[in-house]
Amino acid sequence: MNPRFESIVGRYLQLDLLGKPHRLYVEEAGQGTPLLCLHTAGSDARQYRGLMNDDRITRNFRVIAFDMPWHGKSSPPAGWQDAEYQLTSRDYVRMIVEVADALGLDKPVAMGCSIGGRIVLHLAHECPERFGALIGLESAAFTAPYYDLSWLNRPDVHGGMVCAGVVSGLVAPTAPAEGRWETLWHYMQSGPGVFKGDLYFYMIDGDIRGKLGEIDIKRCPMFFLTGEYDYSCTAEGTLAVAERLGAEAVIMKDLGHFPMSENPAKFNDYLLPVLEKIRAL
Amino acid sequence: MLETLANLVNADANLVRRGRFVDTTFMIAIDDADTLIRIREGRIASVTRGPFITPDYSFAVRAPRDVWDKFWQPLPPRGFTDIFALVKQKLMRVEGDIHPFMANLLYFKDVIAAPRRGTTQ
Repeated sequence: MNPRFESIVGRYLQLDLLGKPHRLYVEEAGQGTPLLCLHTAGSDARQYRGLMNDDRITRNFRVIAFDMPWHGKSSPPAGWQDAEYQLTSRDYVRMIVEVADALGLDKPVAMGCSIGGRIVLHLAHECPERFGALIGLESAAFTAPYYDLSWLNRPDVHGGMVCAGVVSGLVAPTAPAEGRWETLWHYMQSGPGVFKGDLYFYMIDGDIRGKLGEIDIKRCPMFFLTGEYDYSCTAEGTLAVAERLGAEAVIMKDLGHFPMSENPAKFNDYLLPVLEKIRAL
Repeated sequence: MLETLANLVNADANLVRRGRFVDTTFMIAIDDADTLIRIREGRIASVTRGPFITPDYSFAVRAPRDVWDKFWQPLPPRGFTDIFALVKQKLMRVEGDIHPFMANLLYFKDVIAAPRRGTTQ
């Protein structure tokens, strides 16, 4: 009997990242144009398994997703115990460029969701020449804190449960139970303070409202997809960014803040036309 | 709407299991109408309507009636699907000692949203 392996291959990549030795977990499937996928705050690259297992996507795209340091199966750097994890715009941009370089990717398409949807705006601002195109999922220029983030990391509250509880309402109410709970499971597994540290970028440091006017999508085409039920990055927030940049945006029916993991089949139907446009560039 | 809350929650064995360490009394306020919900080991022990002179509770969830009505629809409109969505829009307040609420967030979200299921039954 043949084992029923998926076509996803996972490996550990050794590289210097932000000036320190790191060991990152990287998954990929498919061949063709590299599509570098960026997971949400406090989660990991497993969110993209629905893309990597869809041959409509992998026949033309080499889908790659890595667990950011501190996330999933990527370790924090040595000495992590002596500092509080806090993701900054500067480090996040550098991390993505350095990972792409370490993987030898030439002008990959980068696609990120939530914090990843925000950082693609920073990539478009800082280094558009490095990417063939950028796709923002649940992108907005800024989201202000709407609860006290200190609840996400304190010893008298279970971190995994509170992180999942905070994001549970961001999943579309119409999502299949399996996708909803798999998405939440990823949040339940995050290390202490990691989601909170990522939200420092999302809700404080990563505000890019003042720089949107300096982004030129002629230097790197951009596309935006946002789930209708997302109240963190709202449809209105995405449409405002897209209009400002002159980019295309589609509001996805029956999807929320985690389209690729909460309802992969439905999301891929929205993503495929975007990927076709990118292939035609 | 809250008359059915105890039956809806207590009949849901999985929800009660998830809340098995919850022992508190919290308030749901619909406009100025206060209701105290007493929870013991994940089960709703009592639902008591106000008005109260000196209500004793850990946390309160307050919103206008029209907000609650949308929130409790079987499929709420976007923006009304979740407590945090309403808090973000300043349509709902969660106040007081919110430790029990945050420490059991998935549980309380489902308890407070339980009337959605009641309207379909």
